[in-house]
Amino acid sequence: MRNTQSTRLLFELSQPGRRAALLPPLDEQITAAAEPLPETQAADGPPPLPELAEGDVIRHFTNLSTLNMSVDTHFYPLGSCTMKYNPKRNERLAALPGLADVHPLQDDDSVQGLLRLLYELQQMLAEISGLPAVSLQPAAGAHGELTALMVAHAYYAQRGEDRRVVLTADSAHGTNPASAAMAGFETRAVKSSPEGLIDVEDLRSKLDDQVAVFMLTNPNTLGLFDHQICEITQAVHDAGALVYLDGANMNAIMGLSRPGDFGADMMHYNPHKTFSGPHGGGGPGAGPICVRDFLEPFLPAPTIARDADQDHYRLEYDRPESIGRVRTFFGNTGVLLRAYFYIRSYGGDGLRQVSEDAVLGANYLLSKVKHILDVPHGDRCMHEFVASASKLKKEQGISAMDLAKRILDYGFHAPTVYFPLVVDEAVMIEPTETESKETLDAFAEALFRVTGESGDLVHEAPHSTPISRPNDVAAARKPIMKWTPKDS
Amino acid sequence: MKPEDLRYAESHEWVHVSEQDGQQVATVGISAFAIEQLNDLVYMDLPEAGRTLKAGEEFGEVESVKAVSPLYSPVSGEIVEVNSQLPDNLEWLNEDPYQKGWILKVRMSGDEGLDQLLDHAAYQKQCAESG
Repeated sequence: MRNTQSTRLLFELSQPGRRAALLPPLDEQITAAAEPLPETQAADGPPPLPELAEGDVIRHFTNLSTLNMSVDTHFYPLGSCTMKYNPKRNERLAALPGLADVHPLQDDDSVQGLLRLLYELQQMLAEISGLPAVSLQPAAGAHGELTALMVAHAYYAQRGEDRRVVLTADSAHGTNPASAAMAGFETRAVKSSPEGLIDVEDLRSKLDDQVAVFMLTNPNTLGLFDHQICEITQAVHDAGALVYLDGANMNAIMGLSRPGDFGADMMHYNPHKTFSGPHGGGGPGAGPICVRDFLEPFLPAPTIARDADQDHYRLEYDRPESIGRVRTFFGNTGVLLRAYFYIRSYGGDGLRQVSEDAVLGANYLLSKVKHILDVPHGDRCMHEFVASASKLKKEQGISAMDLAKRILDYGFHAPTVYFPLVVDEAVMIEPTETESKETLDAFAEALFRVTGESGDLVHEAPHSTPISRPNDVAAARKPIMKWTPKDS
Repeated sequence: MKPEDLRYAESHEWVHVSEQDGQQVATVGISAFAIEQLNDLVYMDLPEAGRTLKAGEEFGEVESVKAVSPLYSPVSGEIVEVNSQLPDNLEWLNEDPYQKGWILKVRMSGDEGLDQLLDHAAYQKQCAESG
């Protein structure tokens, strides 16, 4: 049975004087500081912290942790997010004292091991992307986008070109136009073709000497590899612009296809998606970027360099054309190290198989789901696919959101819904490479059963979770930002 | 204003042009179809009066629980009035998108953009095809 007593707020569980440890009375007199703070700076009293026994605290957090769905407890086909299983080996290795117990202000000499791993990670990311120059600093994928756009801006500034426009695909992740706006560019959207690929004619009509960068995702957010990619990158280069590849979907093409080979000039990785690493909790994440050699001088400082003659690794600050620092120290090393161990554990052939298995699993599930929901963009996909609940909504009143909520009752995390925007009532499914045939079959079966259920049952779902349907509108328009005691 | 009497942009804004003090003033809003597609609205960002817009230029955005959508001006001219109460009363858009839910009044600088607009029947046809 669920313990709802212990999962009340800590403030509600608090009792005056309750403690985890009761200390003996002090045998010395406490004297006031010689120069107390000015009265205007002093607090009215001690902060009203909750008071609890250790057992209460443990029970509170342990019970809370069981209310969540996670990739360690449930199948988690959240399209676009690549909720892959994170091998526990990575956690163990990243926690080694030589990596976890060091301080970023230590001398380079005393952290040679860590620097070596990060240096080698730069090389591995360069090899997988086909783009030779790497910065590990950005703290998340979107931060990588922003950093790369700043690099592009510095590149054009040095060439004396004033290019102010960034083109994004209309199926892009929302971070693409947001990063472009944050970097000071104007954004324009390029249409998708009926097949869900880039409309090359629309792209050509928007390319001129104002365009700095075209940002695209390949495979795209519909789970389709754009076979026109070389034509697209050629057209962008002919207009004097750069191609940015949103690397969110690298899990589909590792060892199979390299962005540098199909014409990308800059890209980011999402190591938590592609190379395992904890998702969620707001981070820390990492968003390393790779760029072509002519953009290398502008990368953030410091980079991690190796003096080959002394076999010595160090932080390289002497980068006069650099855009500067975008993150403290070497970036979020904990996540980067997990990526390193993941890559080294699999090796080149293993990574290729990860991608092949991710694509195989998605296509297997697609072959089942297409008999349950419409899949507007064809019979084949890469690592994910987008179904549409449009017909289901019209005929049975069951929307994509209803479907997502109800599937929780069957013990599966929901797919992504309402993204990408180019598909009506989108249901975006990404199984990842480690799921068995049995799991995929069970998920398809559950989806099939939901589509046959009564509207009333589905509209009220989920029925088995601690919270059913939070009011999204009220949460956005009238958020309650802090807890206040009932009797005050 | 009746929906049948309005003209519509492909991007779902409606326009009503009237003459005030010898000048053409366009009242701009968004269609009931667009509001239904957007689902539950949570936020709206509007410009200040006095700003000059070009036809097709983005002037604000509306956010629903599903997505953020830009709002485009169907006409060129200067914003003379903004329905500043609207962002705090987004339910007006659902209740009455063609009266209480008006968004901007624009003193038109010319006819630019008008020839791109659809009449009610053509707009209905566009909605039926996309929905």
